[in-house]
Amino acid sequence: MSIATAAQTIGPFWHLIEDKSLADLTRFGATGEVLTLTGRITDGEGNPVADACVELWQASPAADERFPGWGRSATDATGTFRFTTLKPGPVPGRGNTQQAPHFAINILARGIITRLYTRAYFQGEALNEADPLLNLIEDPGRRATLIALPDGPSTWRMDIRLQGEGETVFIEV
Amino acid sequence: MSDVTGFRPPAPGSQPENDTPTYGSTRLRHPTRPLIAFPHTITEATGPAFSPRHFPALADLTLMDGKAAQGERIIVRGRITDEDDRPVPHTMVEIWQANAAGRYNHPGDQHDAPLDPHFKGDGRVFTDADGWYQFTTIKPGAYPWRNHKNAWRPNHIHFSYFGPGFATRLITQMYFPGDPLLAIDPIFHSVPDEAARNRLISSFDLDITQPEWALGYRFDVVLRGRAATPMGV
Ligand SMILES: [Fe+2]
Repeated sequence: MSIATAAQTIGPFWHLIEDKSLADLTRFGATGEVLTLTGRITDGEGNPVADACVELWQASPAADERFPGWGRSATDATGTFRFTTLKPGPVPGRGNTQQAPHFAINILARGIITRLYTRAYFQGEALNEADPLLNLIEDPGRRATLIALPDGPSTWRMDIRLQGEGETVFIEV
Repeated sequence: MSDVTGFRPPAPGSQPENDTPTYGSTRLRHPTRPLIAFPHTITEATGPAFSPRHFPALADLTLMDGKAAQGERIIVRGRITDEDDRPVPHTMVEIWQANAAGRYNHPGDQHDAPLDPHFKGDGRVFTDADGWYQFTTIKPGAYPWRNHKNAWRPNHIHFSYFGPGFATRLITQMYFPGDPLLAIDPIFHSVPDEAARNRLISSFDLDITQPEWALGYRFDVVLRGRAATPMGV
């Protein structure tokens, strides 16, 4: 048995591997309910996190040749990330539970040594009430940090606060 | 029912804390509330697959438009396995780094060292069926970074790994043996366990060198292993 290699920060210069097309998960011709997921990342003083690498993964719809299920978006000068993707459906949870539609979100940046993992759910989804992760968060204000809100046609917004007032719920992974 | 197998939690001390005061940029960027403990589900236990068709390999960083980059040419080779010592086959590895002078080809890098018109500093390779990867590059220079008075990063190459699940995602840095800056680097020292820290240092390997052409370094990486029992139990 071996022990997994330690993480080190992605740093401020990771854009050398950036490719803007990676933020569009429909670029290979995927069809379905197309939406935009966007949000602004701020730090403990409310300043934009303008050098983050945000990665998205969704287990639904299942990835295939036309739909990678994974994307990467750099944050811009205002701290904003933006993905174009397909609306996920519910996926199985542990045992006989069901998870409400959600995205997995990974935040990598200078000043984050490993990564910060969270999820984005959709406001108004009936399945949110029974979602095993959301139900672990007792404080409704904290739970709300994981719920994307409608923000124009086919657009959902979930702002992310790394620290302090309104701090986003992050998940052990 | 979804009896997907999740991944094992990190061994104690083997991973850095995001709240590491000696690395100043962590001050406003680490969460202060406890993370939610939540066993892996299909979301964390599965992950993206990358095909060389959509992500073409770029295994030689030393040439640009047929012209050679400045600096000490090196070959980096290693094996990616999981915590059960099984190879991680056909997984994508992304690489980025400073040039020989310690300057990134990046608008945010203001270090007063020359850019190299024949070096960009990004690469991409895939492991073979047995987990091996290899690329050729230039040994990156050290660079100053203003974290504290007279702060310099040790020579390093940035690496990005995916593995089989979203939970196995790993971003790290490879260092070089004998670098005197390692002893005083807060990012390197953010890893609490000394043995875990030292595994980030590559080893010089004469078998990887190419005579009359390039020196060779070995850098093996371990990604998280699957938990013993399926999550659905
Ligand atoms: Fe660096």
